[in-house]
Amino acid sequence: MTENEVLIQVDDLKMHFPIYRGVIRRQVGAVRAVDGVSFKIHRGETLGLVGESGCGKSTTGRTMLQLYQPTAGKVFYEDIELTALKNEPMRHMRKNVQMIFQDPYASLNPRMTIRDIVAEPLVAFGTASGKAIDERVRELMGLVKLDPDFMLRYPHEFSGGQRQRIGIARALANNPSFIVCDEPISALDVSIQAQVINLFEDLQKELDLTYLFIAHDLSMVRHISDRVAVMYLGIIVELADRNEIYKNPIHPYTKALLSAIPVADPDFYETHDRIVLEGDVPSPANPPSGCRFRTRCPIAESYCAESRPEFKEVSPGHFVECFKWDHPDNKRR
Amino acid sequence: MTSELLNVQGLETQFKTPEGIVHAVNGVGFTLKEGETLGVVGESGCGKSVSMLSILKLIPQPPGKIVAGQAMFRGQDLLQMDNDEIRQVRGGQISMVFQDPMTSLNPVMTIGKQMAEPLMLHMGFNKVQARDRSVELLELVGIPRAADRLKDYPHQYSGGMRQRVMIAMALSCSPQILIADEPTTALDVTIQAQIVELVIRLREELGMAIIWITHDLGVVASIAHRVAVMYGGFIIEEASVKELYANPRHPYTIGLIGSLPQIQAQGRKRLYSIEGMPPMLYQKPRSCPFSPRCRWVTERCRNENPLLESINDNHKVACWVDTVTGSERA
Repeated sequence: MTENEVLIQVDDLKMHFPIYRGVIRRQVGAVRAVDGVSFKIHRGETLGLVGESGCGKSTTGRTMLQLYQPTAGKVFYEDIELTALKNEPMRHMRKNVQMIFQDPYASLNPRMTIRDIVAEPLVAFGTASGKAIDERVRELMGLVKLDPDFMLRYPHEFSGGQRQRIGIARALANNPSFIVCDEPISALDVSIQAQVINLFEDLQKELDLTYLFIAHDLSMVRHISDRVAVMYLGIIVELADRNEIYKNPIHPYTKALLSAIPVADPDFYETHDRIVLEGDVPSPANPPSGCRFRTRCPIAESYCAESRPEFKEVSPGHFVECFKWDHPDNKRR
Repeated sequence: MTSELLNVQGLETQFKTPEGIVHAVNGVGFTLKEGETLGVVGESGCGKSVSMLSILKLIPQPPGKIVAGQAMFRGQDLLQMDNDEIRQVRGGQISMVFQDPMTSLNPVMTIGKQMAEPLMLHMGFNKVQARDRSVELLELVGIPRAADRLKDYPHQYSGGMRQRVMIAMALSCSPQILIADEPTTALDVTIQAQIVELVIRLREELGMAIIWITHDLGVVASIAHRVAVMYGGFIIEEASVKELYANPRHPYTIGLIGSLPQIQAQGRKRLYSIEGMPPMLYQKPRSCPFSPRCRWVTERCRNENPLLESINDNHKVACWVDTVTGSERA
């Protein structure tokens, strides 16, 4: 792994989904699912992207791979601007950038055999033909620790964890260097989650992969990520090295989110008080003015409504978007 | 926390499916004391929901069938009650909160009407009384402008708010036992924290006993007094919450707790993973259901199923092997 070589760069990416009303389908507004996020991912690194449902984390991942046409902003892979590519060159780029989906039940075609599912990307790009396809499929199945002899079976014959392995094998077929993992373990049982996470780590080491790991399970994200970005209502509110963000969270939302994680230790609850946020996440179609988090923030001031705070580097590699990051109110835990 | 409220023994539930009979629950027994919170933990398909649904006879029969067991509640066996009798208990003395607040409310009825239903049925309230009590209940669970919101429909509430409504409905007839079936699984962590906080507060105010079903070991640690771990339709370990997390004894519990990433941990160490998969329960297990995945497995485990036995005052384990010493139990 070469330090500091940037593989993926995202600049002020926005994805607004229009809302249409009335007989003539006039556009009356937009859901600002992603509203200006910027970050870099280094080669061989895992960037964790966390946030609650509806915060735009999955949309960010999908828009980066041009599965949606972004409203604004740029995405670079090495020095190629993905957002500027036409359909056909982008299609070829997909060999390098792949995705693993959340639901291992919905993301595999039930009428295709495992061989056909895993071979599809090979056929689509003509990377292999004839006997070489079967060989490569066997190799891939071995890589994700599935018995290659099962390759003529159908998805329903496999458990959730095994299906997720099939999805991983498919994503790896054309030797990608960057994979967006969109909540790949959320649908799995606890004992199976650990198996799949270990597999992700092994594959990263073996194949020099770079991951964007999207999840809402903060403890898993801490485990697998090198750096972590926290999203709220379409923006990244805090980004830092994983140990830094868990030990020294600065944004009030990050603090609340971390304190809301259930800890599997009954003694913990005797010594720690929780920060419990009031209310719900506002609608991304009509986000609050100024700071997005101010409606639920325990330390919000009137000026927080006036403008959006700067996404500021408060210590090396630690970015926070908050007016009061340095304020004494925010120091009290 | 003294007298015994509910005593379940030898509960067995099966389902008839096209592939054969599924032995979902294979002899579950536990007790629940007044004011106590029992956490029931396990992975999908381990029988945790089915056993609790069986107690209230909420299993659709057929295809389900409660084949054995008893559930003594205030001197009566719930499983022997006929439909009218059990209906008096359900929603009255024992009530339930379900996982999915989106589907367990009727989308075409106002919240007020849905809340009035159990009050009029179990408490004999008239409409005005039921309305007043509904407002009180919604205020109790922290819904602002409760009187106005009674006229709203479920889709006008957010997920967390709907779960609060479900809890308010479950509490409406002052139950002695609240069974919560994964009540926070569908919710975001910050909302989950709100709901857990709410239930802990209500438990202190109202003094009811709670059975909290979940797969999340973290949530259980924050709310339960005692925890039962289920696997393959059996309770395989039961202990006070502190004892369980400090000294897990069953290989499955040890594996589950070990497979969680430690949020406080510094370095990145590999997660402990339990290889293999949970069993398909097409046959009633005669050997230990965990034996194919267990690293302590012995010959005896493959031939005989261990029973849940006490190892000290507040700890029971169903395992032939003493995982501390690694030798077989006498």
